[in-house]
Amino acid sequence: MPVPQDILVSIRSDVDIVLARQQGRSMATSIGFAATDATLIATAISELARNIVTYAQQGEVAMRGVETSHSKGIVIVARDNGPGIRSIPDVLRDGYSTSGGLGLGLPGVKRLMDEFAIESEPRRGTTVTIRKWLK
Amino acid sequence: MEVPILKQGRFLIATIQAALSDADLLQLRRALIDKVIHFRSHGVIVDVTALDVMDSFATRTLRDITNVIRLRGADTVIVGIQPEVAFAMVQLGLTMEGVATALDLEEGLAHLQQRAARNT
Repeated sequence: MPVPQDILVSIRSDVDIVLARQQGRSMATSIGFAATDATLIATAISELARNIVTYAQQGEVAMRGVETSHSKGIVIVARDNGPGIRSIPDVLRDGYSTSGGLGLGLPGVKRLMDEFAIESEPRRGTTVTIRKWLK
Repeated sequence: MEVPILKQGRFLIATIQAALSDADLLQLRRALIDKVIHFRSHGVIVDVTALDVMDSFATRTLRDITNVIRLRGADTVIVGIQPEVAFAMVQLGLTMEGVATALDLEEGLAHLQQRAARNT
């Protein structure tokens, strides 16, 4: 199967959250992920896109297929120019939340995926990169 | 996308038909609570079979619906959570503590009828 085309979804409102996760699911499926993994990926995208709407108001979610000599996978980058995160260790702790939400956004997203990376700078924004590989 | 709510005797059945945005979920919450009050319903079923994802917002909204309806003295059952959706919820760390769930509409109705029989 060829690597599918890159997808970029700009996130401005709650409707875009649904769009982003649907696009992510269809890309995951076209890469060859089974329904269970495609749902994990769609759920992770939903949480990241919601963080953008809640904390930064706007941003984008970029998705692309990746292929190495021995594996195929999907990479999702959620990026915003919002307020940024003061303490990354805090937001990666289960139960932490600054918006009165459930407080398990990022640690939960990390559990759903194979790889997770976050970069953030106060007043500059946040970029979260997640990957999942076909098993 | 509005979720149709059907009145079935003392019960209400809300059948979600497609993916819902946050605004749609909040609209469902409002409509269900209004109808429970208006019809003095004893029980509510929310059928989520068509939901592709249950993220933190959807889970919290369904829990809120259940809690408000419980304060009105009525029961809520969530039916039709898909197996892969359930798996993703658990991985994410979401629980539906205190919320009744059932396999499908039929079992959800049976659950409500049992509860109603016990209360009369």
